[in-house]
Amino acid sequence: MDVINQYTGEKWYYTDIVKDHFFHPRNLLMEKPKNENEFDARGMVGSPACGDMMEMWMKIGSAVGSDSNNKEERIKELKWKTFGCASAIAATSMYSVMLTENGGMTLAEALKVRPQDVMKRLGGLPNRKIHCSVLADKAFQKTANDYFRKTGQNSRIVIEGARVIDPRLNITDKDIEEAVLEGAQNLEEVQKKLKVGIGASQELITEIEQLIRFYADKYYG
Amino acid sequence: MNYKRIYLDHAATTPIDSRVKDAMEPFWDEKFGNAGGLYEEGRLAKEAMQNSRETITKFIGAKPDEIIFTSGGTESDNLAVFGVAEAALKNLPKAEIFQDFSQRDGARLSNSPAGEYAGLKKSSAEAKIKPHIITTKFEHHAVLTPCEQLAREGLDVTFLDVGEDGIVNPEDVRKVLRPETVLVSIMYANNEIGTIQPIAEIGKIIKDFRMAKAQNKQYPYFHTDACQAAGYLDLNVNNLGVDLMTVNGSKIYGPKGIGFLYKKTGVKIKPQIIGGGQEMRMRSGTENILLIVGMAKAFEIAQAERESETDRLTPLRNYFISEIVKKIPKVVLNGHAIKRLPNNVNVSILDIEGEALVLYMDAKGISFSTGSACTSESLDPSHVILALGKPYEFAHSSMRFTMGRSTTKEELDKVLEVLPATVEWLRKVSPVSIDMNAKSMSHPEVFAGENLMVKAKSKSYK
Repeated sequence: MDVINQYTGEKWYYTDIVKDHFFHPRNLLMEKPKNENEFDARGMVGSPACGDMMEMWMKIGSAVGSDSNNKEERIKELKWKTFGCASAIAATSMYSVMLTENGGMTLAEALKVRPQDVMKRLGGLPNRKIHCSVLADKAFQKTANDYFRKTGQNSRIVIEGARVIDPRLNITDKDIEEAVLEGAQNLEEVQKKLKVGIGASQELITEIEQLIRFYADKYYG
Repeated sequence: MNYKRIYLDHAATTPIDSRVKDAMEPFWDEKFGNAGGLYEEGRLAKEAMQNSRETITKFIGAKPDEIIFTSGGTESDNLAVFGVAEAALKNLPKAEIFQDFSQRDGARLSNSPAGEYAGLKKSSAEAKIKPHIITTKFEHHAVLTPCEQLAREGLDVTFLDVGEDGIVNPEDVRKVLRPETVLVSIMYANNEIGTIQPIAEIGKIIKDFRMAKAQNKQYPYFHTDACQAAGYLDLNVNNLGVDLMTVNGSKIYGPKGIGFLYKKTGVKIKPQIIGGGQEMRMRSGTENILLIVGMAKAFEIAQAERESETDRLTPLRNYFISEIVKKIPKVVLNGHAIKRLPNNVNVSILDIEGEALVLYMDAKGISFSTGSACTSESLDPSHVILALGKPYEFAHSSMRFTMGRSTTKEELDKVLEVLPATVEWLRKVSPVSIDMNAKSMSHPEVFAGENLMVKAKSKSYK
C-alpha cells in the first residue's frame, strides 16, 4: 500500500532521500560512549511539539586553518541517536552529513546551518513534519554550548528564549527549569545540579525559589 | 517477489465482505430510487431500507423506529452527545427539571463562560441550570471532542479516570452521578487497547439512580459507542441497559460512510442535520440505501459469526501476546490481558518511537498502527495510553495489532519473525532507555525552556 504525498504526488509520505536516510542513517552512534571524554561535547534536546528526543556527540579536529594564525575548530565527528519518527531520524542523519562532509565545517559555519538547508537537501518534508528537522539544529546548538563551556568560551554560548536570572554567572531561567526537571526540588539541590552557588543576594534567592516552585508545580504538581 | 501483505489494523477499518458486496450490488443502478418517492422505485428503496432496519433491530432487541441511520460512528456519537445536551438545555426553563440543583449551583453558573445555548443565556431567574455529562478520559475523540466543546460552552462535564487495566470502575460512575446529570457516555470496547467496559453493570447503576429520583426520571440517558464491539460482543440494548448506542459499518466488513444510532423510544435529542425530516426527523438527507443495505448485511454477518470469530481469535491473540513478550525485551501489554476484544493486541515496545517502527514494518509488508504523537494530526500522543497512568514514552511507543477474519497463525508467526530484529535496530537508533515500571518521563530535563505540554510525572494509583 503506497502513501501518496499530497504535495508532490510521490508514492511515499517522504521523499526518496528521506527514505534512504531513514532506512540507512549516517553517523549513527551505535553504542553510547563508556568514557565521558571520548567525545569533546554532548547535547540532548526534546521536541516540544511531539516529544521526540535526540542526543548528539561531537569531536573537534585540531586542524589548523589556511591562515596559520587562525586555529580553526573543525567538526571531525558528529554522532547522534534519535527517539523519533522517520523525519527526525532522516533530518538528523542529513544534518550530520552536512556538518562533517568535505573535511568538516568550522563551528562558526555549522552554527549558521538552518533547518531549511537540511530540508532542501532532503528534498522537502511534509508540512506537519517540518518541526522534526528543527530538532537536529537545537541538539547541535546545545552540543556546541557544551563545547564552549568546556573550553572556557563562555561568550560564545547561545541560549535561545531564556532570561538571565543571575547575571554574575549567566544562569538563566532555562537552567533552573532543567535542574528542576532533573529532579532538584529546592535551592540547594538546584545549586548542586548547576555546580555553582547561584543567588548572591536575598532578592535573587527569592526569585530563584519562586521559579523552582513554579516549575515543580508545572511538571510534578 | 510477489508476496501478500499482512494487515493487522482491523480496528482502523476492514475490507468489505463479498456477501455484503453482493447484497449492495442491485442498489447502484437497478434499485436507485429515493425512499421518499411514492412510485415503484421509491417503494423498492423504502422496502430495502425497512428490511435493513429490521435486520439490525433483530440483533439488538430494539424496534425499527429506534434506528437512525447516519454517516458513521463520528456522526452517531456527535448526535448522541450534542443531541442530548441541546435537547436538555432547550427543555430546561419551562420544565424546571433541575430544581434541586438550581438552588445550589446558581452562583457557580453565573461565572461560567458565555455559552451559545439559549438555556445558558436566560435571565438569572431561569439560568440556574447547568446540565451535567459524564464520560471517560479514554473515550474515542468522536465523543471526547464534543464533550470538551460542551464543557467550554458552559456545561459541566466529568471526565472519569480509568483503571490501570483500561477498565472503568462502575462505582466511579455511581459516585459522580448527580440529579442534573443528563448523559453518561462510555464506550463498549476501547478502540486502541480493546478493553471491554462493564456496560451492563453501569447500565444497571444508571437505571437504579433514575428510579430513585424524585423528578426528571428520564435522565440521565446512557450512551455507548459500540463500533469496536459490534463484531465480537452482545449488542442487545436491553441486556446492556443503554438508551443510545453507536455502531458503524466500516469496522464490521461493511461499507464506510454509514452508521446508525440506536435511540430508545422517548429519549429526547435535538437533531444536528435538519432539512427534509428523514429518519423520524432525527437526521435529514436522502437515505443512502446502498450503504444502509450494506451495513445491515455486514451487521447481520458480524453478529451471527461473532461467537465463532471470538473462539477462533482469542487463542491467536493470547499466543501473539505471549510470544511478543517472550521474543522482545521491554514490552508492556496495555490494557487488561483477558477483558479485551479477541482481536486486539496493544503493547508498548519501549525505547522506540511508533512511526519509525510502523514504517520499517510497512517496508516489510506488515501493517499495524501506533499511538505515537508523530502519526496523530494534533501531534499529541495517545490519550488512551496516558489515561492508563503510563508516562509519555509509553504512549509514543505504543503499537496496536488488530486481527481480523483473514488473520492466520502463519501471519502472526511471520510478524514475530520480522519484528524482533527491527525493534533491536531501532533501539540502537534511540538514545532513550526507560524503565519498564517507570511512572515518569525518562529525560524531562531535555524539554527545559520548550514549554512541555505534558506532565513529567504520570498520575499515580493508590
